[in-house]
Amino acid sequence: MLRFIGRRLLQAMFVLLIISVISFMIQDKLGDPVQQMVGQSVPQQDRLALQQDLGLNDPLLVQYGRFLGRALQGDLGTSYYYKEATLDIILSRLPATLELSFSALVLVILLATPLGVVAAIHPKSLLSRAILIFSTLGLSVPIFIVAVFLMYFFAIEWRLLPSFGRGETTWVMGLWQSGLFNKDGLLHLLLPSFSLAFVLTPMFIRLIRAEMIDALQSEYIRYAWSKGISASRIYFVHALKNTMLPVITVAGIQVGTLVAYTILTESIFQWPGMGLLFMEAVTRVDVPLISAYLMVVGVIFVVTNTVVDLVYSLVNPRVRLPGYGS
Amino acid sequence: MTIATLQAPAPRTPLQEFWYYFKGNKGAVSGLVFIIVICLMALFADVVAPHSPSDQARDALLLPPAWMEGGNWAYVLGTDDVGRDILSRIIHGARLSLSVGLVAVTASLFMGILLGLVAGYCKGVVDTIIMRIVDIMLAMPSLLLAIAIVAVLGPSIVNAALAISIVSLPHYVRLTRAATMAEMSRDYVTSSRVIGASPLRLMFICILPNCVAPLIVQATLGFSSAILDMAALGFLGLGAQPPTPEWGSMLADALQFVQRAWWVVTFPGLMILLTVLAFNLMGDGLRDALDPKLKQ
Repeated sequence: MLRFIGRRLLQAMFVLLIISVISFMIQDKLGDPVQQMVGQSVPQQDRLALQQDLGLNDPLLVQYGRFLGRALQGDLGTSYYYKEATLDIILSRLPATLELSFSALVLVILLATPLGVVAAIHPKSLLSRAILIFSTLGLSVPIFIVAVFLMYFFAIEWRLLPSFGRGETTWVMGLWQSGLFNKDGLLHLLLPSFSLAFVLTPMFIRLIRAEMIDALQSEYIRYAWSKGISASRIYFVHALKNTMLPVITVAGIQVGTLVAYTILTESIFQWPGMGLLFMEAVTRVDVPLISAYLMVVGVIFVVTNTVVDLVYSLVNPRVRLPGYGS
Repeated sequence: MTIATLQAPAPRTPLQEFWYYFKGNKGAVSGLVFIIVICLMALFADVVAPHSPSDQARDALLLPPAWMEGGNWAYVLGTDDVGRDILSRIIHGARLSLSVGLVAVTASLFMGILLGLVAGYCKGVVDTIIMRIVDIMLAMPSLLLAIAIVAVLGPSIVNAALAISIVSLPHYVRLTRAATMAEMSRDYVTSSRVIGASPLRLMFICILPNCVAPLIVQATLGFSSAILDMAALGFLGLGAQPPTPEWGSMLADALQFVQRAWWVVTFPGLMILLTVLAFNLMGDGLRDALDPKLKQ
């Protein structure tokens, strides 16, 4: 077990290192810090001196070492546009994105589980076919079209829900600006999280259906039938329990995908999270902010993937063997 | 009593067998038909499209589709905010989307096959290095990676296509490597090696043709995700730059008129949906037809 954890952590560190190299290269390749710091009138000599002072003439490896050292201390650079530390700006936007992704994930599970189970119980019925058609269609429709149409009908035509922003927020323990604790915030959350949930729901319906069909054919389910246990108990307790393990694993891994797709959802609904911040940074060519965002998101992916792997290895010890699954 | 001579039916060629399975799948066939129509439309866009995609009819701004009140049969699907014919823009957009898909899929297929073959054939250190890189690429969600690449290289169609092909590379590498490893242990490969075939000949002439089936399926599905990603990048303003008619950016440009003119948003959106759906259906059909073992 310890060896497995060690190997997994080593791998995570390696991925983080690669991400830091990419971020460093972005900072290095795009934009000239001297240009950003001084005006047009500064003579060439002073520019060269400044270049020397900033250490831009050092070998790349030395510069990267310095970059890494600063990054480890939480200093990811200063945004050109906001003139503040990029990490602080991103962290102030993080709660909005995490709340959006989290509620989307909850919606995915809530929507996909019953649909997938129903489609597995009677694979030939009309309802199952409709569910399958829906999931095929869902895999083919771009999320921004879903978002635009949800917005058009619910916010513009029927005027039921707000179309942009986060609404009222409250501070939780002075750290976390949350929209989950009042009606206005929850209403604002509804449309963005539904459209974000659309990214994963079709895939999860298929996954749950396939796993459920497998589970229903196994011996222990036949045994449960012969014991005379009620159908609903067999479906939703005995079979579903074994179905949910792979589903939860995939859900953990897909958190990263959700965070990536917040870029689209947040731009459409003007949701004040990291994704919107990133798109603004891209249009403003705010290089330090772009690179810092990639670092932060990279850390989120690596941490969630590693945690999911470790938790999974607790539940299913076979994966700890070196050659498993490859 | 006459003896009826029973003749064994002529065995089907692999192609006939493939077609026999493929045509049983209605979804896949309709996908194929739709794709052929779109391809023809894209090829002959200049002939088929009633107007030039950049012609602005100043007297016909935001005209509704022809069958609606106030519509004009000269502009079947209506016009956008500067009076450009939506049908013509969609037809020319098909040309763009398909060629981007083709370039992206071909590039990543080519690189993926090369890396996968080398990794599967050489094993050892080379394999470990290639697969580690692939794992790291897979650890990042593809859309984010594509956006990051475009953000670094600057927004344009070429860079978007490049980003999409880099992002889809890992799937091809993994597929080719797995298939190569499986084929390597077969007797026919051993026998050609004994005869003295060079590594290159072994890789490209013996092994590769036997790995093609899963790659064809993945390439078809790759087409659909390339079109989806391209539309997403266009929507974010990172792909095609205006006034190029691209489905995703058409949608983004029209967003502010959604209240007054639903058609400027709906038709490009519908087009993306149908094309992606057609590729997905055909990919599923191809998989079932090429590999009967996978059939449920």
